[in-house]
Amino acid sequence: MADILIRDVRKSYGKDEVIHGVDLEIQTGEFVVILGPSGCGKSTLLRMIAGLEDITSGEIAISEKVVNQLEPRERGCAMVFQNYALYPHMTVADNIGYALKVAGIPKAERAEKVKQVASSVGLDEFLDRRPGVLSGGQRQRVAMARAIIREPEVFLFDEPLSNLDAKLRVQMRHEIRRIHNRVKATSVFVTHDQHEGMTLADRMVIMNKGTIDQVGTPEEVYNTPATTYVAGFIGSPAMNFLAGQVSASQSAIVLEEGTILPIPAHAAQAMDGKLIQIGARPEALSLCQPGTGTLTARFEFYAPPEVSSVSPNSGPLSGATRVVVHGAYLHNGHAPSGLGTKPRGGFGLCAVRQSTSPGQNCQRAGVSLWVGLPAFSPPLGIAAPATGISVKTPSWTSGRYRSAIGLNK
Amino acid sequence: MIERTPWLNFVTHAILFTGLFILVVPIYLVIVAASQTLPDVMAIPAKLLPGDQLLVNIRAAWEEAEFGTKFTNTMILATGVVVGKIVIAALTAFGIVFFNHRLRIPIFWMVFITLMLPLEVRIVPTYAVVANALSPFQTILDVTGLAWLIKAVSGIEVALEWNLLNSYTGLIMPLVATATGTFLYRQFFLTIPDELVEGAKMDGAGPLRFLWDILIPLSRTNMAALATIMFVVGWNQYLWPLLIITDPSYGVAAVELSRLVPNMNTTGGDIPNWHWAMAGTLIVMLPPVAVVIFMQRWFVRGLINTDK
Repeated sequence: MADILIRDVRKSYGKDEVIHGVDLEIQTGEFVVILGPSGCGKSTLLRMIAGLEDITSGEIAISEKVVNQLEPRERGCAMVFQNYALYPHMTVADNIGYALKVAGIPKAERAEKVKQVASSVGLDEFLDRRPGVLSGGQRQRVAMARAIIREPEVFLFDEPLSNLDAKLRVQMRHEIRRIHNRVKATSVFVTHDQHEGMTLADRMVIMNKGTIDQVGTPEEVYNTPATTYVAGFIGSPAMNFLAGQVSASQSAIVLEEGTILPIPAHAAQAMDGKLIQIGARPEALSLCQPGTGTLTARFEFYAPPEVSSVSPNSGPLSGATRVVVHGAYLHNGHAPSGLGTKPRGGFGLCAVRQSTSPGQNCQRAGVSLWVGLPAFSPPLGIAAPATGISVKTPSWTSGRYRSAIGLNK
Repeated sequence: MIERTPWLNFVTHAILFTGLFILVVPIYLVIVAASQTLPDVMAIPAKLLPGDQLLVNIRAAWEEAEFGTKFTNTMILATGVVVGKIVIAALTAFGIVFFNHRLRIPIFWMVFITLMLPLEVRIVPTYAVVANALSPFQTILDVTGLAWLIKAVSGIEVALEWNLLNSYTGLIMPLVATATGTFLYRQFFLTIPDELVEGAKMDGAGPLRFLWDILIPLSRTNMAALATIMFVVGWNQYLWPLLIITDPSYGVAAVELSRLVPNMNTTGGDIPNWHWAMAGTLIVMLPPVAVVIFMQRWFVRGLINTDK
């Protein structure tokens, strides 16, 4: 069992620095998911832990032993690759047992171990086949078994599920977590898929352009994102951002287009004059009666065929019709619940961030303000006279629509 | 391509048969001549049907040319070239493809350039080197003044000499040192995915282990192809052995065959022994043909059962 310590690790290819000083502490037995878009350096970081990539500067320590100069085989890590990296000319059994063969374990003992590990991942029947005749999921299992058999202190996963179909991916996700719970080795899992991150991780590491933006449990990352980048990256459909400025005199946030969102006086005092961005998760917003809301929003519906509740007055909607409803109203709710309080009760949040200029990726301001938007229920039909489209939504769940709020220009 | 065009079918078949005819007729004539008696061979008009003297002629040719020794020598030469080539090519390509060092590109190009310098082109310098394999070192010693220094200090005159004329080493070495195999192996190694290399690294395999356990098994078809080509090349060597071998006990088949083919020197004005020459040609042809036929099965198997 091992913990991993990463201290100010940097990586450059020639003059291009791709990882700009990463600090990270991974506890023994923890399942950490490194999440980020492609090109953010997450795989490079993993490969530096594995020893497949030189560390330009900084230190990586596994079990309190600095491994910078160690060969991959001396680090006690096992890795599962995206393309499985199985040896095509060896049988499944040989593939699984190769690490033991290299280590000089006698044949009989090896065969025993291979059998045991193979049955733990459900591969008993395939031991004498070649990887070429296996399906994607089975190959993935072989790759897992190959890592497990070494009884490593650290498991490294480099986007191991990206080559599988959606159903298998979910299934393997559970299997990986199950294996982790059983083996209890420290696991580092790299992915660009936030669902994998949210479901697998004990803690998530969100990387962006070679730096770590946030480290935290999935709940923390979702509910209290550290940067607007994290806020926008996590969650689907994505969080909406509204730029505005705090005004102490009005005790409110004045949005760019002029809308005034009242906030408590002490909060307004603390951040007077600051340019901020309000982040609102789609599920935190609800429709309201025309004329009663505060925000005017533009919704775009990418109506799936089964959504019969969206019915325009002028003819039926076909499968992929996009309906743009102008002039709908957003409910702004009551006064915000207070400073630094996490929103409760299933509706989301508006995180307030400071920024020097609107639209820029900004760090968390000195003072955080949470504006809870109470759910508005029941959702009512809205009349949009301009276009003559009415939307009846008995089950108004944001997951079924990709909604985007923009400012009416 | 499936097309129903009888006319085109006819033309393509006609072309194929013409080609086959052109290729097969000389071999047929060799067999015919090898199976006839001397008067039959010389008869005009030529007799185009095989006679019954094949075994007699083969035996005569075998004894006349001492093919027993020559075949052994040629076999040693061809096998040496095949083995040496595969080992050198695999190792060189391994070093060029899988190790990240500054000289990999220059070295690759230097190896590659030797493709443009076959043995026939560099035969004089190669001969000089083979005549004394240590001459380059001697030159270095002379030029740098080290030889003079050693003589002044110890009184010993340095005269390095390692003569490879009339030896198997001398026969084989210059043929092994060419780029074909290296290039073939490099191209193959480049198709090996990086993840496989990294997977092996994670499994704890060192470079040589990786070469032996992963690369060599994966390159079996490559090896078969290279071995076939190099065996035929080695077996058919003529110019190089002719040049460096003066001791008949190191003679090779192709050179000996040329002595069997009649000319004014060998017959001294007598009737040329065409029937022996053809019988000799026939048996010299056999081993490469056998190797090609045998190896072809591996070729095809490798092409059908792609492991990847």
